[in-house]
Amino acid sequence: MKLFNKDITQTSTAALPADQQGPIRIKGLNHWFGSGEARKQALFDIDLTIERGSLVILMGASGSGKTTLLTLAGCLRDVQDGSVQLLGQELNGADENVLVACRRRLGFIFQAHNLHESLTAMQNVRMGLDVHGPQARKDWKAPASHLLNLVGLGDRLDYLPGNLSGGQKQRVAVARALVGNPDVVFADEPTAALDKESGHQVVSLLKRLGTERNTTTLMVTHDNKVLEMADRIITMEEGRIVKDELPHR
Amino acid sequence: MTALLTKLLGRLPIGWLQLKHNKSRLAAAIAGVAFANILIFMQLGFLGALVETTKLPYRPMVADILISASDANTLSDGSNVARQRLYQALAVPGVADASPFYLGKFDWQRDNGTTVNFQVFGIDPTKQIFKDPEVDKARAQLQLLDTALLDRSARNIEPELAASIDGGTPHRFEANGRTLSAVRTFSIGAGFEADGYLIVSDQTFLQMYPQRTAGAPTHILVTVEPGVSPQTIVQNLRSAIPEKDIIIRTVEEAAAADEAYQTTERPVGVIFGFGVIIGVLVGLIIVYQVLSTDVADHLREYATLKAVGYKQSFFLSIVFEEAIILAIFGFIPGVLFALGLYDVLTSATGLPVEMTGIRAVAVLFGTSAMCLISGAIATRRLAGANPADLF
Ligand SMILES: Nc1ncnc2c1ncn2[C@@H]1O[C@H](COP(=O)(O)OP(=O)(O)OP(=O)(O)O)[C@@H](O)[C@H]1O
Ligand SMILES: [Mg+2]
Repeated sequence: MKLFNKDITQTSTAALPADQQGPIRIKGLNHWFGSGEARKQALFDIDLTIERGSLVILMGASGSGKTTLLTLAGCLRDVQDGSVQLLGQELNGADENVLVACRRRLGFIFQAHNLHESLTAMQNVRMGLDVHGPQARKDWKAPASHLLNLVGLGDRLDYLPGNLSGGQKQRVAVARALVGNPDVVFADEPTAALDKESGHQVVSLLKRLGTERNTTTLMVTHDNKVLEMADRIITMEEGRIVKDELPHR
Repeated sequence: MTALLTKLLGRLPIGWLQLKHNKSRLAAAIAGVAFANILIFMQLGFLGALVETTKLPYRPMVADILISASDANTLSDGSNVARQRLYQALAVPGVADASPFYLGKFDWQRDNGTTVNFQVFGIDPTKQIFKDPEVDKARAQLQLLDTALLDRSARNIEPELAASIDGGTPHRFEANGRTLSAVRTFSIGAGFEADGYLIVSDQTFLQMYPQRTAGAPTHILVTVEPGVSPQTIVQNLRSAIPEKDIIIRTVEEAAAADEAYQTTERPVGVIFGFGVIIGVLVGLIIVYQVLSTDVADHLREYATLKAVGYKQSFFLSIVFEEAIILAIFGFIPGVLFALGLYDVLTSATGLPVEMTGIRAVAVLFGTSAMCLISGAIATRRLAGANPADLF
């Protein structure tokens, strides 16, 4: 099945160097929060390389640094120490334009859906496309409704978030993250608000993108039921990677 | 509206959709902008009336040039001018005529209990001083001692009185111990300093004000010969009469100087100008409040958009979209309400408080600029932030 018929990311990504050895390559990454007395190290010397097209799950106790790692790898936070290469681009010291170009190749799913309450499901999903330039802005309807169909909301296209359930809202957010045909998807507990079935649906969608479109996914989850779909499971503890294994199938 | 904005902006009109989504906030914001508009319009209305009424008495003058005391900031303040200057002026080539112009104040206590505050003009009735043909026709009558021409546009002068005077029934009234007889009317209108004007002959004027003398009029009115530029004659007069105690200006220059003085140096003018600034500040604060609350309420959504590569300019354009919508939607009720208030003010004060196209457009643009500035400030929070810190 063909998910996307256009490479809509082409215009914004031409300037980025090719990524041969994996879309995410992290070396010697440290991160601190706060300053002075309150300064506290959240990540310690992280080394991590993630293969293209793989679905990687990040686990660990609360406060172990999962979100911090995810936001650093996803251009959402300035890298303080060490190297993060995303899609071949070094993020440490990168300027705003480089970050913007990088971000346009990513999809984000957060624990909170962060939908615009004033926009319909379709319009919210459209926001994931509009950033890619005039052509994408023109042809937004077909991909947007297609994605909403894929997450099982084909009959809710014109609903405002206020009229959707928590799980439905989260699925709209998933559709918004995926509609731009991202190279890498970052997801922070995307299934927390979903029931078992739709959670499973969302993860299998990400998994399928990996196989069909070579989309790489880095996902934080506590949800044991989806572990079996992962290509790799990384466990963190107190800011360090303590386990890196294949799932038990 | 949504479709129109989509066409105009070339993107989803998120600003409009957000404003529309929260109807009570939108209503409050529009009311706030309208309020600021009304405030600004009121102050500009007063300021405009001040400017207009300052120029009123200059406009009907036939004279081209005014010789005044050097300390005269307005038509009515300042010292007197020596009559000798009149003869000096007459000797300058190109000067057609020169005549004395006397100014005084008189409070007319009417039988019906009202008081009309008159500015009294004492003129030489043998010469045409005012362009108004009615005044010109009445000059012969004015030559009779104790006759006067009455400003029918003055405050507290009822149309019936004016009609009866012009119908041939002179109106007698007490003025500074003399019994004057209003034989005709003319029209200038009320201002901030006087309710209206009264024209009498120089002889009558000097009877009304015994302390004034024929040797010291308030101004000297100079007319130039046809085809001669008043500017040139002003220069010639200045070299012919170099004394420092007088100032020689064309009537237009004198009116402009009076206007500048009234609006920038006198308390009323300064207060009105200050009122405009207060109106703008109130508007800025209201719009800033609305827009920054709106930005704060949508911070997570904006952060999510920032995370997928939307730039600061995009967020700025959303807030600008909201700002312009508020500016326009607030302007419409604001200008309508102001029009109503102008009418009320005009009938209550007799001042020419009128809406002009230029003023309306200026306020619309001013409001838009005010809203845009507020919007720019409101989005600063998004500018430097890491998306991760915005959740
Ligand atoms: N913005 C911040 N300011 C200060 N400290 C922070 C900030 N964000 C995270 N931390 C700290 O960094 C450490 C790692 O936090 P992080 O959010 O990455 O944990 P997590 O593994 O995602 O936890 P959870 O499962 O609860 O989401 C924690 O000790 C946390 O208190
Ligand atoms: Mg977390």
